[in-house]
Amino acid sequence: MKANGKAFKFGKNINTDEIIPAKYLNTTDAKELASHCMEGIIGNDFAKKVKGGDIIVAGRNFGCGSSREHAPYSIKSAGVSCVIAESFARIFYRNSINIGLPILESKTAARGIKEGDKIEVDFTKGEIRNVTKGKVYRSQSFPAFMEKIIKAGGLLKMIQDSYL
Amino acid sequence: MGYTITQKILMAHCGKKALKPGDFIDARIDLCLGNDITAPLAIREFERIGAKKVFNKNKIALIPDHFTPNKDMKSANQCKVLSQFASKHNIKHYYEVGRMGIEHVLLPELGLVLPGDVVIGADSHTCTYGALGAFSTGMGSTDLAAAFITGRCWFKVPESIKFVYKGKLNKWVGGKDLILHTIGDIGVDGALYSAMEFTGDTIRKLSMDDRFAMCNMAIEAGGKSGIVEPDAITEKYVKSRWASAAGKVNKRAHKLYRSDSDAKYKKIREYDVKKIEPQVSTPYLPSNAVAVSKLKKVSIDQSVIGSCTNGRISDLRVAAKILKNKKVKSSVRTIVIPATQQIYLDALKEGLVEIFIDSGAVVSTPTCGPCLGGHMGILGAGEVAVATTNRNFKGRMGDLTSKVYLSNPAVAAASAIKGRIAHPEEV
Repeated sequence: MKANGKAFKFGKNINTDEIIPAKYLNTTDAKELASHCMEGIIGNDFAKKVKGGDIIVAGRNFGCGSSREHAPYSIKSAGVSCVIAESFARIFYRNSINIGLPILESKTAARGIKEGDKIEVDFTKGEIRNVTKGKVYRSQSFPAFMEKIIKAGGLLKMIQDSYL
Repeated sequence: MGYTITQKILMAHCGKKALKPGDFIDARIDLCLGNDITAPLAIREFERIGAKKVFNKNKIALIPDHFTPNKDMKSANQCKVLSQFASKHNIKHYYEVGRMGIEHVLLPELGLVLPGDVVIGADSHTCTYGALGAFSTGMGSTDLAAAFITGRCWFKVPESIKFVYKGKLNKWVGGKDLILHTIGDIGVDGALYSAMEFTGDTIRKLSMDDRFAMCNMAIEAGGKSGIVEPDAITEKYVKSRWASAAGKVNKRAHKLYRSDSDAKYKKIREYDVKKIEPQVSTPYLPSNAVAVSKLKKVSIDQSVIGSCTNGRISDLRVAAKILKNKKVKSSVRTIVIPATQQIYLDALKEGLVEIFIDSGAVVSTPTCGPCLGGHMGILGAGEVAVATTNRNFKGRMGDLTSKVYLSNPAVAAASAIKGRIAHPEEV
């Protein structure tokens, strides 16, 4: 599995209210949620600028705050192919794995990549390539249990065989 | 090597004889919870993969509390998804407006969470129930959908951090101040992925309402859960729930767990609570905690007293004590939100509602409402609120240029009178 796109850079402690403000949580519509992605950050027109395949790069504790799955869902629905951060808040991490939004933890990538850099990700190798800067960063590998969920295509697909 | 209370509860629910932090386990759950924001997504996924039956109609709670009473048509349609699912699957613990309360206050009040339980909820503040000596944690809608089907959930066994509080609390200082101070100490990701175990002689004397307020905000330090070892105060609370008309039907067996004296902790933090005065967390992170007396004049437009953190009866009593025979400043909108119908009724019987209304405050039906910028008290551009809620992120209560200062109910009430953030001793 691979991803490539342009980097959109965000700071640390980006919370789910910033990713998708609560006023939009009265819907579960993918398109509508995508159109408000990152709207809780002042002066941000991410939803207008993002193109399919683009990559979000952020600092520590990305996705902190509420449990709203609408947050990773709006990012995924906006066409983002991967989120790279120094670290992720626990519920966001779990939600992303469960719904199949690729996320990677890499301090060096999160710090080295700048806004607009062209990025290529090889998930199998755990390799993040900064094409613009000609640099390669390593990402943390997933625990085997999570690999299983990712390979199955999400949590519900994984339990489907045993329970349904 | 001994085990922490968290490890013991998880071990009992996954059928293993031993475990360690970092292990992935598949555990049986005693209760799972969804609300009007998170459950519709879970229900959609449940139906999308063709699930026909829930694992146990008595172990699912559906509480429409965020945008209710329905604030607009879209919210009404979201709530309809819950009520229809509840009726189709005969869900026992579905609480419609009129019986509905803020989920993390309502479930313990009904005796639905007991010591030793494992509870998951599609709401980040599910960690509240740790106050009862249960393991409870928030997650997303897909996890909830899976739990609806399987009655189980996967967990990575967390490391535990021990927080020891020593000494006698100062006047006007409660559980909210202890947790704000703690988050200020360790930061918003200071307990990332960890269980926060609150202990010490201060905690042993702390009321259940204060313990709930503390565990409620474990998530604001990135914690997976917050927990207090059960003791006589916990048991008295549980018995009082079974004595209540609504709670007696929920009586069931439970188990009290305690941490072993040789249990391993990732970190131990100690606090001398005599040094802690009422705390205020300034925008835009709960970790920006400062002593209220350190704040320069911060004028406010609104004061909110309520939420899953501080909407309990003892919170309202403290606020009423300060507001009695006083008026809130005419420029301040003071919004009091009892967290459940029972609390509302108790406040009414105790004369608290009259005190609030006499003071110029408004008393609302139970709802999460303003805490998440939902409804019933949204802030306009540049407006400032002091709130007993749990998050002060940018735009949390309304306009992106508005600000929220987090405090305990005494500070929120005193500030409403003064029109600026104030120490309760000032009024």
